[in-house]
Amino acid sequence: MGDTMDAAIAAKRLTKYFHDVCAVDEVSFEVRDGEVFGFLGPNGAGKTTTINILTGLARPTSGSLCILGQEVTGNIKRAQHWMGIVPDESNLYPELDGRENLCFCASLYGMRWREREARARELLEQFGLTAVARRHFGAYSKGMKRKLTIAAGIIHRPRILFLDEPTTGIDVASAREIRRLLAELNQAGTTIFLTTHYIEEAERLCHRIAFLVDGRLVRVDTLGNLVRAVQDKHTVELSASGGLGEMRSLLRDAFPNEHFEEISDTRVLVRTDHPLPLAPLIRLLEQHGIQVTEARVIRPSLEDVFVQITGLELARMKNESSRS
Amino acid sequence: MTGWIAYYSILRKDMRSYYLKPPNISWGLIFPLAWTLMFFVRSETDVDVRTLLPGVMALSILFGTTSMLAVTVTFEKRGRSFERLLLAPISLELLMWAKTSGAVFFGAVNAFVPVVLAAFLADLSGVIWWQLVLAVILVAVSSAFLGLLIAVCVKEVFEAQTFSNFFRFPMVFLCGLFFPIDQLPGLLQPLAYLLPLTYGADLLHEAVQSSGRFPVAVNLAALVTFCVLLFWVSLHRIRQSWIG
Ligand SMILES: Nc1ncnc2c1ncn2[C@@H]1O[C@H](COP(=O)(O)OP(=O)(O)OP(=O)(O)O)[C@@H](O)[C@H]1O
Ligand SMILES: [Mg+2]
Repeated sequence: MGDTMDAAIAAKRLTKYFHDVCAVDEVSFEVRDGEVFGFLGPNGAGKTTTINILTGLARPTSGSLCILGQEVTGNIKRAQHWMGIVPDESNLYPELDGRENLCFCASLYGMRWREREARARELLEQFGLTAVARRHFGAYSKGMKRKLTIAAGIIHRPRILFLDEPTTGIDVASAREIRRLLAELNQAGTTIFLTTHYIEEAERLCHRIAFLVDGRLVRVDTLGNLVRAVQDKHTVELSASGGLGEMRSLLRDAFPNEHFEEISDTRVLVRTDHPLPLAPLIRLLEQHGIQVTEARVIRPSLEDVFVQITGLELARMKNESSRS
Repeated sequence: MTGWIAYYSILRKDMRSYYLKPPNISWGLIFPLAWTLMFFVRSETDVDVRTLLPGVMALSILFGTTSMLAVTVTFEKRGRSFERLLLAPISLELLMWAKTSGAVFFGAVNAFVPVVLAAFLADLSGVIWWQLVLAVILVAVSSAFLGLLIAVCVKEVFEAQTFSNFFRFPMVFLCGLFFPIDQLPGLLQPLAYLLPLTYGADLLHEAVQSSGRFPVAVNLAALVTFCVLLFWVSLHRIRQSWIG
């Protein structure tokens, strides 16, 4: 863990009860200045509740919170100026048009008329919404709504941007566009905290990922480390133009220690507990007139990590509750 | 400065989105007119316009302010756009004052519609204008805060409207605007003293006809106390249940 002083967000043992439902259970983590931090977890894990606590829409039952080095537990107002918030549902004003919505949001952060007009124009341009700037927000498509909501979240140039499921319900092209915009923002120095269900999104955007299951933080790490942790097996895929099927028993006899998972005419999948030397394998195939056209190491995806970690955690909790 | 830019902007948006819409403007004009006419038609003897003026003004303010908070607060809470305001770096006090200012302004303007009408029908030279203006502002603020309290205690817009009526109609009959308080049944009299409008109505009577029952200072103190209390309870309620 880094130094709390240069953390953008430092949460310690945050807990939130709704009556007897524990939505967030002693969650501690740090988000470093300038990083993209992803909160991943199944429905009802407590992601939105955590964002609400971090931004001031919910009060933690217990725990403490530091934002940009300032202790803000119980008085989050003083940090709200640095925060931009993009909620899971677009909540701009349907009766105002795009430009008016942006200008209104800017004014809430004390921006003056000239400055907010200029900034609104700049963002509408950047988000490709200039053509619909005068259209009522209520008449926007879902993708346009999402983009304008993000634009409204960054209009005052916040240092930390919170996004709750920024691309849920958005088509592939728009989602990619939004991810590109977020990556640019981050490169310009904005710290980003986002929640998502999409593994792919976390993989593309996030420097570090936290897994939340049933209100509990089960893992926080970089993508590389998370993947490495589940990589207890090495998988290699070999492709050839044909004839591999007939080699089945020959391969198994020649390499008794390796596990050949699938062998088809054009493809063979080898799984081992140790890094596999490929040269002898390829040489043997070549001796039998088979040209290996491709050798590929298959790494576990974040999805494998997610399933393994959350699956384990869910199973463990089921055990615990059935025991108690 | 951030606070005041936000304040002005919220007020301006509410004015444009809600108050200055044609139905509201016509409501603001028709409502006081209808009340005035109703009193004229009802009474057989020659009515003294100045006797009726405080009552009509108070009603215009009460109905003009309380009903609007259901829209500017409950409706926006329902649509979640209110969260945007809660997340802004301005104090909750200033935010809620911004959300109620529009209603105060709207109610106060409504109150002067019957005054303008009365000016054509009667001699208003004996009116103590500074007291009248002060009374209008205080009645408008206390009514707006009553509307606010109702708006933050309910979830749905229709609930806010139902509750408003639950308070408004008894208040109109108990506050001494149309029946003097000492002519009310004995059991209801103490209740009258618990209503802000009682003191507002008295202040209006004093300003228009010099016929108030309580000293002006008592009325002012009572109204200010009600305003502070209603605002404080509303804010407490928001802190407790909206910032979950
Ligand atoms: N206001 C509330 N009152 C009562 N319970 C709540 C409230 N808000 C959230 N919860 C409960 O807290 C838990 C966490 O909810 P939360 O919305 O934070 O999950 P989430 O991870 O954001 O889920 P999703 O992916 O579906 O958005 C859930 O069990 C939910 O029912
Ligand atoms: Mg959520």
